[in-house]
Amino acid sequence: MSVPNELQYTAEHEWVRLDGDVATVGITQYAADALGDVVYVDLPKVGAAMTAGSIVGEVESTKSVGELYAPLDGEVVEANDAVAAAPETINSDPYGDGWLVKVRVSGTPALLSADEYRALIGG
Amino acid sequence: MSESLLAQLQYSPLHAEHVALGAAFTDFGGWQMPVRYSSDLAEHHAVRTAAGIFDISHMAEISVTGADAGAFLDYALAGRLSTLPLLKAKYSLLLDEQGGIVDDLIVYASAEAEYLVVANASNRHAVVEALVARQTDFEVQLSDLTEHLALIAVQGPVSRSVLEATAGLDLRDDLSRGRTLDTLGYYAAMGMAFEGSSVLVARTGYTGEDGFELYVEAEHAVALWRSLLAAGEPRGLVPCGLAARDTLRLEAGMPLYGHELGLSIQPSQAGLGRVVVTDKSRFVGKAAIEAGPAPDARVLVGLTTEGRRAPRADYPVMLGDIEVGLITSGALSPTLGYPVAMAFVDPAVREPGTVLEVDVRGTRVAATVVSLPFYQRKAAS
Repeated sequence: MSVPNELQYTAEHEWVRLDGDVATVGITQYAADALGDVVYVDLPKVGAAMTAGSIVGEVESTKSVGELYAPLDGEVVEANDAVAAAPETINSDPYGDGWLVKVRVSGTPALLSADEYRALIGG
Repeated sequence: MSESLLAQLQYSPLHAEHVALGAAFTDFGGWQMPVRYSSDLAEHHAVRTAAGIFDISHMAEISVTGADAGAFLDYALAGRLSTLPLLKAKYSLLLDEQGGIVDDLIVYASAEAEYLVVANASNRHAVVEALVARQTDFEVQLSDLTEHLALIAVQGPVSRSVLEATAGLDLRDDLSRGRTLDTLGYYAAMGMAFEGSSVLVARTGYTGEDGFELYVEAEHAVALWRSLLAAGEPRGLVPCGLAARDTLRLEAGMPLYGHELGLSIQPSQAGLGRVVVTDKSRFVGKAAIEAGPAPDARVLVGLTTEGRRAPRADYPVMLGDIEVGLITSGALSPTLGYPVAMAFVDPAVREPGTVLEVDVRGTRVAATVVSLPFYQRKAAS
């Protein structure tokens, strides 16, 4: 199970790449594998404010629906329209082209390290 | 999950094969079964275009033998099984005294004065209990064979050529009684030989495609599975999990117990009135079935919706501000490309073409009542 060391994580199986004050957010390979083939994503709109822990979107497979939680406080600056058009990218490249939103971070986010996330998923 | 719960989970005789194939597992009716091997969608499409192989050994098999076996099943089940010809299968229901559905079943006339009753894993104990309680007046023996048998389904348009090419799976006149895979009719069965043991091969399934289900003694299951896979892989067959099985049966409009069927549902509400033979002198549930469900009891319909967000079980079906039904199953149909669902709705809105809405997690989505099934394969050429 791929858990890249350079990323940070949440207990809701999302990953965060911090670059200055902008965070790129996606779901982990573990989450994508558990959902199965993703067929629909509902992403927050650019400009939307988010509060860590609140539900901001959905990731849906043929089998089930997963909620997208805000991993940190901030404002959405970009949503990945390509992944909305081709949701299977989330399964094939969860840490790359399968990213979901970019968020301008306010405050100091509380996130898990790669090791802490690996411990969480038992891998 | 606690250790004690894990200890109670049952494993198929094919479990190690699934692990070796990289399957992800799910708990289904108390059994640890493959949910997918690679991709739900790829597995689904393989069954529609070539073939898939499924381990469904979680299904329960109960043999009913003895001089009264046919008469007993006529009393215990909704259908008439006493006149079922040898090596034919019939879809049936086990009802309670209120006419509610305890389980849906396939019954095979497997030999003279011998029937094989195939039940859902989650209802195995309820079915055995009901059959035992109903056998008082009959000369029959019941035997739960679930742990002795594996059940492998091969489904899809190339299924027959896969079975014909399977090494070691042979026609033997004393078992097949003149039938061949080519001439075996839908809901008919025959014996074939594999490794010196007899395999019951039935032209049945739960996918809406042509296909076969093979009942094999547990100790021969691994060899048969490997032989079927080896013959099938060059023909496009892939191993398939329960996720694909669920979307396939949904497209085919087939009910799943716990979703479209349950104790509070009479057969006619689920479109299964034809399964109940009411002119039998007696059978469990007869009085309630004759009285029928209340005139305003909800009935099962198909729905298609717009967009890509599928209605899911328990989502409300709305007409304006009034809740007129509940979704029982739904998915974005892999074959059709739009969401399909089944729902129990008020009789007033049951007609195909009726436009309703589904509340999909707070968003209203337009839905149209349609006839089932959503998908029907083209007639065999």
